[in-house]
Amino acid sequence: MQTLAFTAVAAMILILIFIAKEAWPLIASPVIHKEVTLARMWFAQQWPGYDGPEHIWQPVSEVPKYAVWPLIVGTVKVTVVAMLVAVPLAVGSAIFISQYAGPRLREIAKPTIEFLAGIPSVVLGFFALIVMASWLQSLFGFDSRLNALVAGVALSFAVIPVVFTVCEEALGAVPRSYLEASVALGAARWQTITKVIAPAAAPGIAAGIALGLGRAFGETMIVLMASGNAAIISANPADSVRTISATIAAELAEVVFGGAHYTVLFALAVLLFLVTFGINFLGDFAIVRMKRRMGVLP
Amino acid sequence: MLLVLAVLLVIVIDVVRNGVSRLTLDFLSKGPSEGMTAGGILPAIVGTVAMVVLMTVAALPAGVATAVYLHEYASPTAVTTRIIRVAVNNLAGVPSIVFGLFGLGFFVQFAGRGIDKVFFGGAKVYGQPALLWAALTMAVLTLPVVIVATEEALAAVSRDVRLASAALGATRFQTVVRVVLPQAVPGILTGAILAVSRGAGEVAPILFTGAAYFLPTLPHALHDQFMQLGYHVYVLATQSPDVDATRPLLYSTVLVLLGLTFALNASAIVVRSRMRRKLGSHA
Repeated sequence: MQTLAFTAVAAMILILIFIAKEAWPLIASPVIHKEVTLARMWFAQQWPGYDGPEHIWQPVSEVPKYAVWPLIVGTVKVTVVAMLVAVPLAVGSAIFISQYAGPRLREIAKPTIEFLAGIPSVVLGFFALIVMASWLQSLFGFDSRLNALVAGVALSFAVIPVVFTVCEEALGAVPRSYLEASVALGAARWQTITKVIAPAAAPGIAAGIALGLGRAFGETMIVLMASGNAAIISANPADSVRTISATIAAELAEVVFGGAHYTVLFALAVLLFLVTFGINFLGDFAIVRMKRRMGVLP
Repeated sequence: MLLVLAVLLVIVIDVVRNGVSRLTLDFLSKGPSEGMTAGGILPAIVGTVAMVVLMTVAALPAGVATAVYLHEYASPTAVTTRIIRVAVNNLAGVPSIVFGLFGLGFFVQFAGRGIDKVFFGGAKVYGQPALLWAALTMAVLTLPVVIVATEEALAAVSRDVRLASAALGATRFQTVVRVVLPQAVPGILTGAILAVSRGAGEVAPILFTGAAYFLPTLPHALHDQFMQLGYHVYVLATQSPDVDATRPLLYSTVLVLLGLTFALNASAIVVRSRMRRKLGSHA
């Protein structure tokens, strides 16, 4: 039984090893280096036919170009939109459910959030692509029907349950004595929540946001279907974008096994793995510390 | 809060309205025909079920064993315990596409090719996308779900029962296997149901490890490819040659997928609340 118990640890290690193994030629193989190197991916390159050095991601062309910044910008744009929509809604709902709502409303809210969490991301992507994109376009008149805004809003539906669950737990873990002391001092409900309970739950709320951020970063299907899949660098949220995860998902089917494109895609996966691992690790660390402070964990 | 509820309702209503027209018995029992504009989605349902069953068979033993070890045997402050917990928590956060690449790199390329070399003399049988590899990849993805649910179930079993068993002279292993686990079965079942729900819906991990858009026959061997409900939705929505003609099939497939997810989540909630009520009377 002890050996079976280490399956999760083995899985994490194996995942990192095997995606790094397929990405390793990017660092070590001179054949691959003729087409692309890890360093060249990060700096603007001068391509034939362009006025100046540009960051371009265009692996499928006569002159394959691998710049990683358009993908990072795309990922960040979609994530920012998703977090801007999700965090106020999720934290607000968590405060409402844990502080204001009666037990009956709580009985309805919990399963609703669980159901929202259970909706497959491909269904959210489908909804964004078929319904939401047209609706948002008639509302705002975008140039591109599928863009960072559409993908970000759809992504927020996947992020909200994650943030809500952790924040609600954090708010519920605040000792009742805080609430009672504040009321005894004459504070109104609203003052108690903003000045006493929310600050006490702040580490847990931050951890919830961190976990939601990790989820947003790595989500694939929603952005693959709804973001427009154009790898460009622009600050406008109404432009199409390409995220790292969508790039991997869309392009891996057509690559030559072992070629430069294949290797670069696996290298992107390593990047994605390390970034989300870092975010989730910090988020979990904060949650464990919060639970220990509240006396739930040893 | 109300905004969230409203959006959920909009999604459900839209899908039901557009999808229910095609939802006949034929739809659920026949395969697709005429270029995905008519017929049904039986192969996708069969493929989804087959993959999910294999996934559960792989994930349950490992997940339950991990949870039992963490809860019954390991010391809460030991380094190994902390490492396992960190691994479980972070496994839950790995992006699904990274799982897909892991499945491709480890199961298909490494394990599959190895099996081919040893058992099939180099012929390409397992060294390509297959039902087995997709199921194992999904098993790794849903492992944290099973572990967390099982731990919750084990924690709900009252301490008195364990002490009574020890007082009667049982070893820890006997206590766990004969006393604690049987009482934890509802919680483990909840974990299995939630894992199945997750597995039926995730598409990114199976993109390169076994899913296909159209297959002439149902999968009948572990090394066959398979059709799957979520993958079907993805391809119909993004790569269909005639979007308007395939839209009814698309909506109905989404409806079936959502209905399946909802039924699974609802049954998990029912099992969990029944278990809480039963154990609440013991404590």
